[in-house]
Amino acid sequence: MNEQQQTLWQFMAEQQDKLLTQTLQHVGLTFISLLIAIAIGLPLGIFIARKRSFSGSVLAIAGVLQTIPSIALLGFMIPLLGIGAKPAIVALLIYALLPIIRNTFTGITGVDNHVTEAAKALGMSKWHVLLHVELPLAMPVILAGIRTATVINVGVATLASYIAAGGLGEFIFGGISLNNSNMILAGAIPAALLAIILDALLAVIQKISFKKLRVVLYAFPIIIIVLGCFYIIPKTNTSKLTAGFTPEFMGRQDGDLGLRSVYGLKIHTTVISDAVMYKAAYAKELDVISGYSTDGRLKAFDLKIVEDDKKIFPPYYAAPIVRQSSLKKFPGLEYALNLLAGKINDSVMTDLNYKTDYLHQTPEKVAKDFLLKTGLYKASRNGNAGVVKIGSKIFGEQYILAEMYSILIKGNTDYGVETKTGLGGTKICFDALTNNQIDLYPEYTGTGLLVLLQPNKDIINQVTQDKDKTYTYVNNQFQLQFGIKWLKPIGFNNSYALMMRRKQMHELNIVTITDLKNYIDKD
Amino acid sequence: MIEIKGVTKYFGNNTAVQDISLNIAERENLILLGTSGCGKTTTLKMINRLIEPDSGTISISGKNIAEQNSELLRRSIGYVMQNTGLFPHYTIEQNIAVVPKLLKWDSKKTNSRIEELIEKLSLPQICLKQFPHQLSGGQQQRVGLARALVTDPPVLLMDEPFGALDNVTRASIQAEFKALEELKRKTIVMVTHYVQEAFELGDRISLMDKGIIVQTGTPKELLYNPANDFVKEFLDGQRLALEFKVTTIKDVWSYLPNGNAASDQEKINDEYSIWSTLELLKSTKNKTLRVESIHGECKTVDFTAITSAFSNYQNNNSHE
Ligand SMILES: Nc1ncnc2c1ncn2[C@@H]1O[C@H](COP(=O)(O)OP(=O)(O)O)[C@@H](O)[C@H]1O
Ligand SMILES: [Mg+2]
Repeated sequence: MNEQQQTLWQFMAEQQDKLLTQTLQHVGLTFISLLIAIAIGLPLGIFIARKRSFSGSVLAIAGVLQTIPSIALLGFMIPLLGIGAKPAIVALLIYALLPIIRNTFTGITGVDNHVTEAAKALGMSKWHVLLHVELPLAMPVILAGIRTATVINVGVATLASYIAAGGLGEFIFGGISLNNSNMILAGAIPAALLAIILDALLAVIQKISFKKLRVVLYAFPIIIIVLGCFYIIPKTNTSKLTAGFTPEFMGRQDGDLGLRSVYGLKIHTTVISDAVMYKAAYAKELDVISGYSTDGRLKAFDLKIVEDDKKIFPPYYAAPIVRQSSLKKFPGLEYALNLLAGKINDSVMTDLNYKTDYLHQTPEKVAKDFLLKTGLYKASRNGNAGVVKIGSKIFGEQYILAEMYSILIKGNTDYGVETKTGLGGTKICFDALTNNQIDLYPEYTGTGLLVLLQPNKDIINQVTQDKDKTYTYVNNQFQLQFGIKWLKPIGFNNSYALMMRRKQMHELNIVTITDLKNYIDKD
Repeated sequence: MIEIKGVTKYFGNNTAVQDISLNIAERENLILLGTSGCGKTTTLKMINRLIEPDSGTISISGKNIAEQNSELLRRSIGYVMQNTGLFPHYTIEQNIAVVPKLLKWDSKKTNSRIEELIEKLSLPQICLKQFPHQLSGGQQQRVGLARALVTDPPVLLMDEPFGALDNVTRASIQAEFKALEELKRKTIVMVTHYVQEAFELGDRISLMDKGIIVQTGTPKELLYNPANDFVKEFLDGQRLALEFKVTTIKDVWSYLPNGNAASDQEKINDEYSIWSTLELLKSTKNKTLRVESIHGECKTVDFTAITSAFSNYQNNNSHE
């Protein structure tokens, strides 16, 4: 079936099992972390309401934690907690903590002094005052904090899919990578609905009068625990090896789908972000990952490519793609860009990537060093005949390539350069290009074919047999459909590849994907 | 009954109460009087240990309160405050029942006591199921009083109990307060900054200034034997009204004309102060009243008779 003509509804119906699982995981993640956040935040809020001198520092720390970008926070979690549910829950609970602590504190300190004093004067114990006077009176404010935390959590939980914890993020980020709007919406709409519904529900609870408060106080934790359980139930795993695939890989014919249909590979699979996948494999959290063949982390984490003996991964030769209007506007640009053509092979690219990703050299330095070594470097002419805008996706290899092009353009033409690096995934980069936000960015033939053009199966089968056929096809189609030209390929093939730890492959005697399948199917 | 010995309390560098000593007799109604910030509330709160003194001792019925469990101590002392301190999330019934619940009274006993109290305090029955914000200020204050009285504690502490009320409500609640039988059995310490209220309600008054007690005595003593200029000046502004309040019909009896008594007139005894007699006269028809001495003698008085008797009495009893 052609995905472009499929309606959102059809997509959701077709994927209803996944959708249900993801939704339950999402709800589960949200509420487990919320429950723990309440268990920590409420007593902490009460504590700082009692000992005001601590309130400043506790609220400041919770505030700082909240400002850590979610992706970074998830990244920090991996060395400590690995991947999967644990780090995701911890990250979510960290975000939920501030509103709960702060509102508990404000709620309790906001209780009329005369009332607490009267309670004390009547001979109530501190506990009694807390449970029967302060907490009930602070409850609307505390519930407002819980409500805020819930909505935050529903949002942040989409990122859980980065570290193999599931949730609706799998569809959302898979959809973004695959340029599949239906998939994005299938994740985004339920997530948004979830936020709206939970927000409304909590608003109702918040407004319930004092009389029914007691019922709420008992019912509320029970509801949260039950919802939290959604997450635990669908989790049972008995497979020998665990694979971690990116959301993009999961949804592709030349990815998980191909592995299943062509190889018949049945491996327990979790969805995880590219950013943490290699490290997780190294840390033995995962055994098989879907990497890129030139990734520097391959070298850094001592991973090895499992040979694609049935050739399901099409070629991904990198080349700059440029708007034809830009080529006209900037004569000499094409010449400068083509200077790099054929200069970088797979192992060179892996090494360059290793330098940025693992040795933490800047892309600028790596690019300049390489060009110096190959004699392509020329000092900038500091020209001002116009500004070429170079884009790049959000990973190291693209940064390096963008830097190389920047140096080549400045050294060989009179144009200035503006680089817009880190434009997220393929879709964002490509949209920037077609909308004249950038003039060029490095793209891969396979991506151009399967993500951007999405022709029918027959054409795909035809043109992926051979790297030149793929190149010719995408170049022709891009010029025809988008007015975008593929310049000469740079030389390396950054295709998808399954990877494992070198040592494990050796121990298990695995060389090809067929070996892997046989090992998993054994007994 | 309550013995305060050399009590001092600091808040940081600020001395809120300095070396205060005071004995309050059983069933006495003692008023702590003074301008705002002079340490009245602090003194009062030290009696139920809401505030702990820095030095000195306080004992109730001969027992040092510092050696008692503070929560148990507080349950045996009624406490009424200006802002009522009612729990906004409790019904009136639940509010009054707080201490009985702490003392684990059975509900029958609690309920019958609540019924009794709301009747005495003339609160409407329906208010029991209502929440504090649904009641008027005067009613809330009565509920506050009921809550303090429900277990019939021997000691009652009141911090400006009528302070938040408008003048009319205050006057009527004060009158009820004076008439309430329950309160006559109790040792009461009440804080106020209204001089007239102090004179109206107090058996004795402790006048405070900047953390010390300047003088303790009956209203008459304060008025006619002030310990120093501070006391005198404190009372000077309202001297006439206060004199009307401390002087009774009995005091001026001999200066009243022997009047013929018409039987349909309202009759009062000679314990009435000049002030309240004049108040009564305002509202009686044909502006006359019949007063009766303890010996059964009767006289008819009107406004002029009272005021001229009072000034004659003043002239012949120069207290200074
Ligand atoms: N909790 C407190 N912390 C610091 N200072 C206080 C506190 N309570 C009272 N004070 C100070 O002690 C003094 C006496 O206060 P208070 O006993 O409340 O006076 P009053 O009741 O006579 O108006 C005032 O100067 C007041 O500012
Ligand atoms: Mg006060």
